[in-house]
Amino acid sequence: MQHTFVAYVEDKPGVLTRVASLFRRLNINISSVTVGGSERPNISRMTLVADAPPAAGHRIMASLYKLENVVQVDDVGRFSSVSRELALIKVATTPQTRSHIFELVNVFRGKVVDLAPGSLMIEITGSESKIEGLLQVLNENQDRVLEISRTGRMVMRRGHHTSRVLEALGDVEPQNIPAGPPASEPLPEAEEFDEFHNDSGLPHQKP
Amino acid sequence: MTNQEKTRLTGAEILWATLEGEGVREVFGYPGGAILPAYDALRKFPIRHILVRHEQSAVHMADGYARASGRVGVAIATSGPGATNMVTGIATAMLDSIPLVCITGQVGSKVLGTDAFQEVDITGITLPVTKHNYVVTRAEDIAAVLRDAFRVASSGRPGPVLVDITKDAQQATADFDFAAAAPQKTRSHPMLSVLEPSIAEAAELIMAARRPLILAGHGIIHSGATRQVLALAERAQIPVACTLLGLGSFPASHKLNLGMMGMHGESWVNHSIQEADLLIACGMRFDDRVTGTLSTYAQKAKKIHIDIDPSEINKNVPVQVSLIGDLATVLDQLLPRIGSRNGGGWLEAIDQMKGDAAVLDIKNLPDSGHLYAAHVIHDLWHATSGNAVIATDVGQHQMWEAQYYKHEDPRSLITSGGLGTMGFALPAAIGAKLACPNKEVWAIAGDGGFQMTSPELATIVQEKLDINIAIINNGYLGMIRQWQETFYEKNYECSPIFSPDFVKLAEAFGIRAATVRTRAEVMSTVEAARSHKGPFLINFMVEQEDTVYPMIVPGAALHEMIRRPSGNPLVER
Repeated sequence: MQHTFVAYVEDKPGVLTRVASLFRRLNINISSVTVGGSERPNISRMTLVADAPPAAGHRIMASLYKLENVVQVDDVGRFSSVSRELALIKVATTPQTRSHIFELVNVFRGKVVDLAPGSLMIEITGSESKIEGLLQVLNENQDRVLEISRTGRMVMRRGHHTSRVLEALGDVEPQNIPAGPPASEPLPEAEEFDEFHNDSGLPHQKP
Repeated sequence: MTNQEKTRLTGAEILWATLEGEGVREVFGYPGGAILPAYDALRKFPIRHILVRHEQSAVHMADGYARASGRVGVAIATSGPGATNMVTGIATAMLDSIPLVCITGQVGSKVLGTDAFQEVDITGITLPVTKHNYVVTRAEDIAAVLRDAFRVASSGRPGPVLVDITKDAQQATADFDFAAAAPQKTRSHPMLSVLEPSIAEAAELIMAARRPLILAGHGIIHSGATRQVLALAERAQIPVACTLLGLGSFPASHKLNLGMMGMHGESWVNHSIQEADLLIACGMRFDDRVTGTLSTYAQKAKKIHIDIDPSEINKNVPVQVSLIGDLATVLDQLLPRIGSRNGGGWLEAIDQMKGDAAVLDIKNLPDSGHLYAAHVIHDLWHATSGNAVIATDVGQHQMWEAQYYKHEDPRSLITSGGLGTMGFALPAAIGAKLACPNKEVWAIAGDGGFQMTSPELATIVQEKLDINIAIINNGYLGMIRQWQETFYEKNYECSPIFSPDFVKLAEAFGIRAATVRTRAEVMSTVEAARSHKGPFLINFMVEQEDTVYPMIVPGAALHEMIRRPSGNPLVER
């Protein structure tokens, strides 16, 4: 089965190797890994997706905790959560094919972020199945996909769960968690909210 | 120096001052270019440096030191080949959860990654065989990193830690403040869980069991939980089976101690595991050498697993109750719930399982004129009244030692269990002797393993150590030969091994030595070694094609073990 872990790790050289090496040792393939900043200074957030037997989840989590640079691990696959992936897709175009590609991109709520003679670049965010869907219809129309870059899955548990746990652990001051998005950042539109809640098919848990 | 105000020191001085502050009195090492600044500063500090003959031995010595004392062992080497030579020693400590801090010199930080002379990525190489490792490139980080290394090595499930320090970090100066460099992190493993309902459930299972058995592992020794395990066993009259590394965790002479379990354990021990209705696993990890085939292992038993490492729970054997925490603490919580209970017919039933085992045991057979390793170990145990610290190598003699030397106390057997590292005995004995200078220390090795680290005889002489060495010499890589006999139709390919005249070899180092060929000479020679002030080597020329019994064939169930043959095994051949 597919396991999804979110790990908070120290932002230091070699930490990614340690985490990756653990999976290598267990002979488990990492399907995707995304790493970036988190709400805590000097702490990175990793989302790891791996295919492993159901019983392996406990061992992977326990082994991750054995790494000195790992601060916290969450087996998010077991909980109601939001999952997203970003993809950049470069498609070969001719003046004749451009307009139908624009239509497809609109239907999938993607964006065309670069337009050049002979090609265009699509940015699309959503669940993995949505990205797969766009790729399928592009292929169906025999549009030549030149390049695909996918970030892999990012996951966040719904409700206030995570931040509450962090506060309870006492290793994060509440002021380090931004109260809301900065004013310059527009709030998500209602449409996106719908997608947000209907994507995974899981009921939204009230905090 | 440790409690003073901030002092300006070089990185090299900070290294030693921090070790001194951590209570280190002995380090095992070998100098080289990238660690020379540290060696240059050594004379200013009250730390004894034991010069080894190979860096692998330095780590084994630190390992033996840690196993014998419970303190963190420290080994030091230079970059490149010095560092890579340490790897086998580090892996040995990793598999047996031994707290070590290994320090390596590294090329200057400006040339890191340029394939500079004697540069090797030692933190990359040791990543899977250390609990954690560090690279230090600045003098001001040395104290904090080393102190954190000691914390990591000795906390939770112990293990080896490597600290790689660049040459320029050793040469630069920085403020030194030992107290301020104390470890920041105090994180305990968040998955430790000793829940009240689990304690209650464990107590209920124990009180309701008719055929319970305690599996005593290395964790008892790490945790210092012998008293608690004794209390549990005695109060509820539960028999105890030890793993190889658990030998000594429970007194061998105790009437509830059945002996060693597993591949070369006694048949009644393995039979009682198969018949038990409850296994209480204390600080052991259901290694394949003790379980045999997992699908047939202890099918009638429920299992309680007490371990400090959550990743061990349900790894090999699914358990009903897991108590994840320090063993002594967990048992302290559990014991108030354990009432006194008589053993019922279970202890008698185990006695029945012994059957004719004692009659078949070679130590009880009449003297045939042949010298068996079992005789040697048995007599050595008698001569030392079971009070010596024994470091063994790996192979047949290791199993015979485990069977015939009765260990009463924790930390009295020092052996490489998980990794099975040949060459371990001699350096580990040196480490043990330095940890326990007032104890009698014996290294027992086969003729094969002894030759892997025999240059350390020079270390014994240079450091004036009183260590006795017993070579169980059968002219073969004995365990290899045994497997070739059992599984490869006696095709003794590459297992006969030539050895030098060990007596002359020892004498060349200035070590007294003797050869023993008959049982009659065993006791007197052992006594001569014991009364001799200084090291003594005995070359025991034992039966060449002797076999370790009992034995579980790989892939077989515990109860299907090959028992000792009747009568004199030589006659059967």
